[in-house]
Amino acid sequence: MKLEMTHLRQLEAESIHIIREVAAEFENPVMLYSIGKDSSVMLHLARKAFYPAKPPFPLMHVDTTWKFKEMIEFRDRMAREHGFDLLIYTNEEGVRQGISPFTHGSALYTDVMKTEGLKQALDKYKFDAAFGGARRDEEKSRAKERIYSFRSETHRWDPKNQRPELWNLYNARVKPGESIRAFPISNWTELDIWQYIYLEDIPIVPLYYSKVRPVVERDGMLILVDDERIPLDPGEEPMMKSVRFRTLGCYPLTGAVESTATTLPEIIQEMLLVRTSERQGRLIDHDQAGSMEKKKQEGYF
Amino acid sequence: MAHQSDLIATDIQAYLKAQEEKSMLRFITCGSVDDGKSTLIGRLLWDSKLIFEDQLASLEADSKRVGTQGEEIDYALLLDGLQAEREQGITIDVAYRFFSTDKRKFIVADTPGHEQYTRNMVTGASTADVAVILIDARKGVLTQTKRHSYLVSLVGIRKVVVAINKMDLVDYAESVFDTIRDDYEQFAEQLGFEEITFIPISALKGDNIIDPGPHTHWYHGPMLMSYLETVKVDTGATNRPFRMPVQWVNRPNLDFRGFCGTIASGSIAPGDEVVVPSSGQTSRVKSIVTMDGELEEAIAGQAVTLTLEDEIDVSRGDLLSAAGDRPDFADQFEARLVWMHEEPLLPGRSYLLKTGAQTIPVQVSGLKYKVNVNTLEHQAGKTLQLNEIGICNFSLGNPVAFDPYRENRATGNFILIDRMTNATVGAGMIDFALRRATNIHWQAVEVDKKSRSMMKDQKPCVLWFTGLSGAGKSTIANLVEKKMRSLGKHTYLLDGDNVRHGLNRDLGFTDADRVENIRRVGEAAKLFVDAGIIVLVSFISPFRSERDMAREMVEAGEFYEVYVNTPLEVCEQRDPKGLYKKARAGELKNFTGIDSTYEEPESPEIVVNAAEASAEELAEQIVQQVLKEDSSLNFTDGTER
Repeated sequence: MKLEMTHLRQLEAESIHIIREVAAEFENPVMLYSIGKDSSVMLHLARKAFYPAKPPFPLMHVDTTWKFKEMIEFRDRMAREHGFDLLIYTNEEGVRQGISPFTHGSALYTDVMKTEGLKQALDKYKFDAAFGGARRDEEKSRAKERIYSFRSETHRWDPKNQRPELWNLYNARVKPGESIRAFPISNWTELDIWQYIYLEDIPIVPLYYSKVRPVVERDGMLILVDDERIPLDPGEEPMMKSVRFRTLGCYPLTGAVESTATTLPEIIQEMLLVRTSERQGRLIDHDQAGSMEKKKQEGYF
Repeated sequence: MAHQSDLIATDIQAYLKAQEEKSMLRFITCGSVDDGKSTLIGRLLWDSKLIFEDQLASLEADSKRVGTQGEEIDYALLLDGLQAEREQGITIDVAYRFFSTDKRKFIVADTPGHEQYTRNMVTGASTADVAVILIDARKGVLTQTKRHSYLVSLVGIRKVVVAINKMDLVDYAESVFDTIRDDYEQFAEQLGFEEITFIPISALKGDNIIDPGPHTHWYHGPMLMSYLETVKVDTGATNRPFRMPVQWVNRPNLDFRGFCGTIASGSIAPGDEVVVPSSGQTSRVKSIVTMDGELEEAIAGQAVTLTLEDEIDVSRGDLLSAAGDRPDFADQFEARLVWMHEEPLLPGRSYLLKTGAQTIPVQVSGLKYKVNVNTLEHQAGKTLQLNEIGICNFSLGNPVAFDPYRENRATGNFILIDRMTNATVGAGMIDFALRRATNIHWQAVEVDKKSRSMMKDQKPCVLWFTGLSGAGKSTIANLVEKKMRSLGKHTYLLDGDNVRHGLNRDLGFTDADRVENIRRVGEAAKLFVDAGIIVLVSFISPFRSERDMAREMVEAGEFYEVYVNTPLEVCEQRDPKGLYKKARAGELKNFTGIDSTYEEPESPEIVVNAAEASAEELAEQIVQQVLKEDSSLNFTDGTER
């Protein structure tokens, strides 16, 4: 008899345990689906947790209207293929005000379209638990995040007032209006995610694979010309480069890396040989020192 | 070394294949503030190439700005996550770090070493297989070292590495290492570790972390990293009897009924006989269902869905167990309790206990003694404060299935939750079921509550008068009793002051004693209700949780919370017993409304204000309301009286 599970199987089992526990103990859970690779893994784990039934909660995508086109296509295809109940929410007030990452800066844009949008959506549907695909290895302030991250009625995260978590016993008690964010893949690293995608053959957005794409340089990052909304300097022509994305978000804030990796093993190989951490490709974390921590306190994931 | 394999560049597919077979180790690092713990973890991340270039750039910048190592890199800065902490220069919570080598993935629980953070250490240790205890070679075995070691053993970790750090500062002297090892071994004898490994290191210089240090030629043991890569994780879980808490019943259609859960111990295969301890019903496993196909066998740690041969009652919270080797099943047990909240433990107060997949009301029925974590001495105590550890008896609302923690970490653990604030206030490890729970059974009585009530032609209930001292509770309760009496009702009045002369004369006015006071009165009221009597209870009863506890002791509809809501100014002005005057003068401590809080009822059945109407009018109002419901009463069998 084999007495020990491999690390990926242990991580998988832990995540399934958390997903089942949240589904059992909360009245109205939702899975936040960001369409990225971490979300894809989380969704795959949710399917495993309840097989042969479908996951007993809807997916929700907070659409900032600035996602890559291919992400939206992928999202709709996944929902169709697996028959998920998919909710899409956009902060319409922000749209009316014309909030754009190009004209308002990433800090204000993120606050309005992502953080506010998420809070509005959670309030609208009265979700008392929301699954998120955040991982502890992503960023320093997340290393201390709980699996069940307690949020006040106003969605605030108080780092000094989080419940201790022991063994695999999670405290699911909330008062009306309060909620938790649940992070089933907290203990996975970027490498674990890629290895698992490879092992389980999980579909991911094609933007993760290299292809010749039109890009322009902004603040030292290569930004994809995904649609006509990107302002170009007079006479500026997009460059055609073989690029891919290590992380996916809103296209104006997500930097591409030059790469020729077109298969999963090549992506993993590149990741192991190239030494920059993945959130480096995201503009929002670098706005100010400790910026992720501030955003979290205000209700961002 | 970590991810240095040539295969990455030459044959990535082969590399990935090899990676799939990696195992995982969770460990905790324990040390005092200056033992170099953060530096050690930073070094492990560094040496396993897990620090990325951009992190390195910000690390270099931060080292210059707030670092403590001059121009050198301060590895500790990699770990201090939250901004406020970084500025204070201390780690204040449990943080989880990840690194991996070609052999293993590691999850490190990084916890602070301060006195007040027992809570964090126990939290970090609860999921760890191994503990790395740091000792500063210049200081030797300190009180803190002993405390950390005790906590590690308390939580059931059996394998310990004692990393004697800062060897560079004692000239790598073998004699220093030997003295510390001997001291530690002597102390640790009582802790029951299975294996202690001593390693002389310098986290700062890197000696004996990955490679042998050039100055410790006298040391022939393993390097820290190679120890962590090869130490055997406790595989005993798979050899113990099968246990699986049912988290979720999966019913996609009428033909499928699956029980989902993570196997806590043992293994399971189709055909194995399982039992539901709460009912004693047994069945055999029909199949082990996963999205990847049915399994021939599943082991501890796997999250699976089981189907059974027979239609037996199984629901969330049940602990499916090997029929031939069953868990304990009891409603009273003794456990070690670590208190984790600023509000102290109040024995007698009703908390919620979560174990496996079930949550049950529970009371600490007795605090046998406290353990001093520094000296391991036993001390008497009435409550537990934050970070204190007590050996307690627990009394549960209904029986649960469990195994002693020392036999099974996964089925012998629990957390305690405060019912009002929902905070996680305690962590417990079950020692054994109390014999009285297994040997005292309910005596079935033939004359029951219903027959006694029918004879008296009334619906028994509790009228629980709560409010400030001097609010008029006793006056109104007296009038209510008189009126009921004149209507031919059988009543009894339990008065706060009177009860303190007899049943509760051993209790004072601390929070702990107030809770016990109410618990006893609640139990007494319950007996009267069972006897068919209308009970009037007149008690300040300042805490919501105790009033709720009393409410839960009787059946739904049998409890009327009567809130005598007289403003504090009015009560103080009346001051019938001269108590407010004394309290204001400081002669009376813990006086409700003055220096002890009164928690207003959230949804009382009846509210009256003695400042707005006469006691006579209020009593009439209460009698009307209670008897209105009494007369419309239906007995549970549907016969109308």
